Amino acid sequence: MTTELLSANHAAAAAAALAGRANRVGRGFGGGVYPITPQSECMERLCDERFDKGQVVRVESEHSAMAVCIGFSIAGARAFTASSSNGLAYMTENVFTAAMSRLPIVMMAVNRSLGPPWNIWAEHGDTLMLRDAGWVQLYCEDNQEVLDSILTAFRLAEDRRVLLPVMVCQDAFILSHTMTPTDVPSQETVDAFLPPLDLPHRLSDRPRTVGALDGPRETEVPRAEMQRAMDDVPRVYAEVQGAFEATFGRRLADPVVPYRMDDAEIALVSIGTTAATVRAVVDEARARGVRVGGVRIRMFRPFPEDTLRQLLSRCTRVGVLDRDLAPGQGGIVWSEVRPAAPQGSIVQNYIVGLGGGDIRPKDVARILDDLCARERAGKPQFVEVG
Amino acid sequence: MSANEPILGGMAQTAADRSTPLLRPGNSNCGGCGMSVGLQFLSRAIAGTPVQLVIPACCAAVAAGPFPTSGYGAPVFSSTFASAAAVATGLAHVARLNGEKTRVVCFVGDGGTYDIGMATVSAAAERDEDLLYVCYDNEIYGNTGGQRSSATPRGATTTTTPRGSELEKKDILAIMAAHRVPYVASISLAHPDDALRKLRFALDAKGFRFVHMLAPCPTGWKSEPADSIELIRLAVRSGLYAVYEVFEGSRVVINVEPEHSDAALERYLGMQGRFRKSGVELASVRAGVERSWRELRARSALGGPG
Repeated sequence: MTTELLSANHAAAAAAALAGRANRVGRGFGGGVYPITPQSECMERLCDERFDKGQVVRVESEHSAMAVCIGFSIAGARAFTASSSNGLAYMTENVFTAAMSRLPIVMMAVNRSLGPPWNIWAEHGDTLMLRDAGWVQLYCEDNQEVLDSILTAFRLAEDRRVLLPVMVCQDAFILSHTMTPTDVPSQETVDAFLPPLDLPHRLSDRPRTVGALDGPRETEVPRAEMQRAMDDVPRVYAEVQGAFEATFGRRLADPVVPYRMDDAEIALVSIGTTAATVRAVVDEARARGVRVGGVRIRMFRPFPEDTLRQLLSRCTRVGVLDRDLAPGQGGIVWSEVRPAAPQGSIVQNYIVGLGGGDIRPKDVARILDDLCARERAGKPQFVEVG
Repeated sequence: MSANEPILGGMAQTAADRSTPLLRPGNSNCGGCGMSVGLQFLSRAIAGTPVQLVIPACCAAVAAGPFPTSGYGAPVFSSTFASAAAVATGLAHVARLNGEKTRVVCFVGDGGTYDIGMATVSAAAERDEDLLYVCYDNEIYGNTGGQRSSATPRGATTTTTPRGSELEKKDILAIMAAHRVPYVASISLAHPDDALRKLRFALDAKGFRFVHMLAPCPTGWKSEPADSIELIRLAVRSGLYAVYEVFEGSRVVINVEPEHSDAALERYLGMQGRFRKSGVELASVRAGVERSWRELRARSALGGPG
């Protein structure tokens, strides 16, 4: 293991390269890559990596980037790509195809605002838009977590009980372009953590059509199988956490990361880097005697509703911070968290930090003040930052 | 029958083909489907050697039939509409990385090639991916009910050009040859010896190979199923469909010399309801054909003796 000064983009590429090389004893590694701000540094670094048994293909669009990954994966190779924002929107058709073909592709997604207005800064709507695509979704809070999550993602995706693609998400610029000291494991340890991929339905020399036409019954059965696979993900993830700790000597974050929630009556729920700011505000409020805690949802698919319900069971007030907006509905995280909150509790949605607006502790403190002062929940509230 | 037109000799339906066919008996394709005949040609060229097919949304994907049956005697991946050449890229690299002998073949209609897949095909050609791309061109979106594509010729009525298309057909062979790929060819379903030779060459060549076939669609062309091969013969004889090959984007070889027969062109147009309805004039079609041949001759001459 070495410690390197890496941006999260470079950390993701380093992890993908390690995972790719680990499959040199299998059927190799590859993927299609296409640039988009703020992901480009990831695919650039991947293009500079050397593989004994791998090929990175510089394609003409995100749509083809995922299609090339589908080709690599259905042929039994390990496949990776990265994208962001409008790139993900352009890729979407094949994002669904990858999951419905049960291909264990891993994608790093940098969360960026969808245009117009054209804005390259952090917003979560681009990957949340894909929450129903059949991918496992992990949202990261720091660079080390990005690297660790990429390695984890391959092991999770390739598990026979799962066989679903995994999306590792990180906030634009806040992580993607910020360099921090990052532990990069050796190839030998990654080799030990990631056994060669053995895809049961890979295209070989046997006549078989993958992705045939089907009637209703032959469509609902594989859909139900996807749901069962998603149901298995938390259990498999826990096993992977154990293996990860045994191999790399550090603990991988849980699907839901609580902070000072043990006796909390008030909870602030968020995803991504917002959680770090929430922690600072929780500490400050705790010092004043406010019984508040933070909840970071790391795994958004499958959605950890049971864990959330347990964590929030004693809460009377739940504030959900959304760096995204589904117009006509409100925050996407809020709309999913709401059923997990106790009956009778005040669950208020705060739309904050759209288009990369800098969410500072004072903004979250204002949100907390508003939540504490409420007699009932209102409509999703837009919070001005900065 | 002219001197350069071979006799078919039961090309599409011999016992040898039926024992290990690429397109299995009992598939759901329409009678007189040019694509189906093209698949039999491809089947004979492959002759039992390993291939992997990538077929996007098109009639050829429907021909695979519902799970768990498969209309194809080869492994197939059904890709999204625009993605055949990109998925095939992944498959071809994995085959190379693992030293496998399989050839990756895209089998795609005109919609998936000329229109929605154009960027994907162009990029795969530009990268010189090691795959064979076969475009069967029925000059419409056949699978969705016969709408106009950019392969639809001028004068053809379709469900979206009810009074006849006013636009010229896109010259896909010139576009692909301009990528300077190792091999680009058109094949005639009425000239099986020439077609087989070229398909065999294309299968065994390295790098990006593009083969185009004009594939009658009786349903969309409003023609008799039994006339499909005759229509191709007339298209070639009249000069409407040029049968040639281009090596490395420069050396152009014309494989069948047309008679530029007005009678053949008149019969070709007259045998199809799609032209009868629009009342397209022979003279205007002839003018387009002559322009295409002037350009092709010029490119052929520029290519030098090779």
